[in-house]
Amino acid sequence: MSTNALIALAATIIFGALVSGTPLLFATLGEILSERAGVMNLGIEGMMLVGAMGGFAVWFHTGNTFVGLLVGMIFGGLLALLHAFITISLRADQVVSGLAVTFLGTGLSSILGAPYVGKAVPQPIPLTVPLLDRIELQQLIMIVVGLVLAPAIWYYLNRTRPGLNLRSVGEYPSAADSLGINVYRTRYMYVIFGGLMSGLGGAAMSLVADPGWVDGKTSGLGWIAVGLVIFASWDPLRGLWVSYFFGLLRRLPLDLQNPALPFISTANNPQLGRIMDMLPYLATIFILILGSREAMRKRIGAPAALGTPYIRGERGL
Amino acid sequence: MNLPWKSYRLRIETRADNPGWMGIVSSILGVVLALVVGGFVLRAAGATDPIGTYREIFKEGFGTLQDWQAGIHALLTNTDCPKGSLCFGPISDTLVKASPILLTGLACILAFRMKLWNIGADGQMFMGAWAATGVAIFLLPKNTDRTVMLATMALAGLIAGFIYGAIPGLLKAWLNINEIIITLMLNYVAYKWLEYFIVVGPWSLGDFESTGRFATSATWPRLTEYSKSIPILAGLTAHPGIFLGIIAASMLAWIIYRSRWGYEIRVIGDNPKAARYAGINLARNIFLVMGISGALAGLAGMNEVAALRELTGRFQRGYGFTGVIVAWLARLNPLAAIFVAILFGGLLVGTQLIQPQGIASMLQGVILFVVVGTELLFRYRFRLEKITSSVVTSASEPSNVN
Repeated sequence: MSTNALIALAATIIFGALVSGTPLLFATLGEILSERAGVMNLGIEGMMLVGAMGGFAVWFHTGNTFVGLLVGMIFGGLLALLHAFITISLRADQVVSGLAVTFLGTGLSSILGAPYVGKAVPQPIPLTVPLLDRIELQQLIMIVVGLVLAPAIWYYLNRTRPGLNLRSVGEYPSAADSLGINVYRTRYMYVIFGGLMSGLGGAAMSLVADPGWVDGKTSGLGWIAVGLVIFASWDPLRGLWVSYFFGLLRRLPLDLQNPALPFISTANNPQLGRIMDMLPYLATIFILILGSREAMRKRIGAPAALGTPYIRGERGL
Repeated sequence: MNLPWKSYRLRIETRADNPGWMGIVSSILGVVLALVVGGFVLRAAGATDPIGTYREIFKEGFGTLQDWQAGIHALLTNTDCPKGSLCFGPISDTLVKASPILLTGLACILAFRMKLWNIGADGQMFMGAWAATGVAIFLLPKNTDRTVMLATMALAGLIAGFIYGAIPGLLKAWLNINEIIITLMLNYVAYKWLEYFIVVGPWSLGDFESTGRFATSATWPRLTEYSKSIPILAGLTAHPGIFLGIIAASMLAWIIYRSRWGYEIRVIGDNPKAARYAGINLARNIFLVMGISGALAGLAGMNEVAALRELTGRFQRGYGFTGVIVAWLARLNPLAAIFVAILFGGLLVGTQLIQPQGIASMLQGVILFVVVGTELLFRYRFRLEKITSSVVTSASEPSNVN
């Protein structure tokens, strides 16, 4: 292979990683804030699915990508509101409620999305700049939004007063309460924010990254996001890198479908492609194992109050 | 302003007792509410008659009264099922579906009792199916005695499931890694693993994405095999798998409620700190419970391939997740899980032919929400009380008042 061909392949792979990693990034960032406020939401998969379905449906009827993304966000946010009500107000188990969000989201997106399966997709606006021509204008905008959002959320979390309040609610809610922070309201806010971001991730997937709607569009991406939050040690900037890395792993079998490649072409060797399909999931496991060693060494852990409902006036965290 | 509702406040008190009837009430409430919410969603999706849809689902899943009457009549007179009647067809299909659901539900019950969130029953079931298929096709000759063959397949399924469940168990016990994520990721690995073997790998029959039909010895005996002597059984696919589930449920109930080990599991689930002080070995129990939970799911996989009589690329996903809901709806009671599993078997059979797809998943989600949402009815007592001066003073100091 020539040098030019190698550069072209590298560009394809890198842009592929950025494009398929950004929806994952949105969901991961949302979940990081939700968990930093003390509420685990395992329903990302469901929220992404309703976001992807809702966004695509609205685009299909209006032709407006922006409105589609907005509606996708709202759909995700509504499911998150349900989760917030069940876990914060009704103090139910966050794990089970999160699973219910995923079931409900999967079912709803499947029922309501049935008319849109395999329908025509948004028309891409091509870029004519060399190397960048692998992606479309919408995808470039999406990548930039993700690149801006991650540091912005990091700054909000670590350098601002509301960010401090958010962290205190997740670490020591009764102390936060005694300082006049409304624990319930804060948690509601960030759980819903997490849902909005998951919905955005889903809609970005069905409208921008990989346009179109099929049943079960996200194929486990939401669950990977839950794992990434842990690996990113609840840090938005680390979330950025790990999301791109997983985007890379997901796209790799597709990007290597070039028969001209020696050894690693998935077109010539379908068995290799199937094995590579396992990579994102195996890598999540592997990374959690690595992360656990690191967490033990550095004593970084989950927010102290993660998973425990706050009951005003009761002893405990 | 003195608004009438302002003079009342909702008091939430911690309950000291746990009335048993509330579990049943909240489970039934969950199902009813799920049907109501589901009806609205069906309306939104364009179905004109949601109640008719439900009636259809119930008819497909459990049969009508006329079906049952015709079936019993034909059974007593030793004749064929009359034309136009389904006789025992629906309940037979439902029992076939219920057996893997029951086994995965039991897998979840055991793990959840210890607050281990094994969400990976699906993957463990796939691995069990894979191992059982390996025995049926490659390990034992086709003319092996049916009992020996099925027992070996079951053992293979149990072992494969045990290993696949024990991996997240070990990671949890040694490194304290969140078992939810690991079991979930292992689900996808198992899906791809099976796809690899069936679709492109060594076990596929070219383009068929299937291992091909097993030898008769490697399949469950079905009721229809006895239709020569009892004609009504013709076409019924019901097999002994459901008994496997019922036996497993009884054993699990004994373990949880009567054995010393079950007591340990319950103590760990309720209060891990107290369990550690009492000298209970946490790591060993995490490993064992996750392993046995996986083994039950693996058995579900064996049961399913023995019923399908082949392993195909379309081996159904999702039984493991249905097991989660069965576990919760049964309130983690193995014997109650038998009835819930049959109910869900009927739901799955009934929704198979009905559009839109996904209705089963949605109903399951709503049921789970209601069951977990009403959980607090167990833990707290709600009381509306009139605000008098004494209540106001007591509420002004921090107590468990919302």
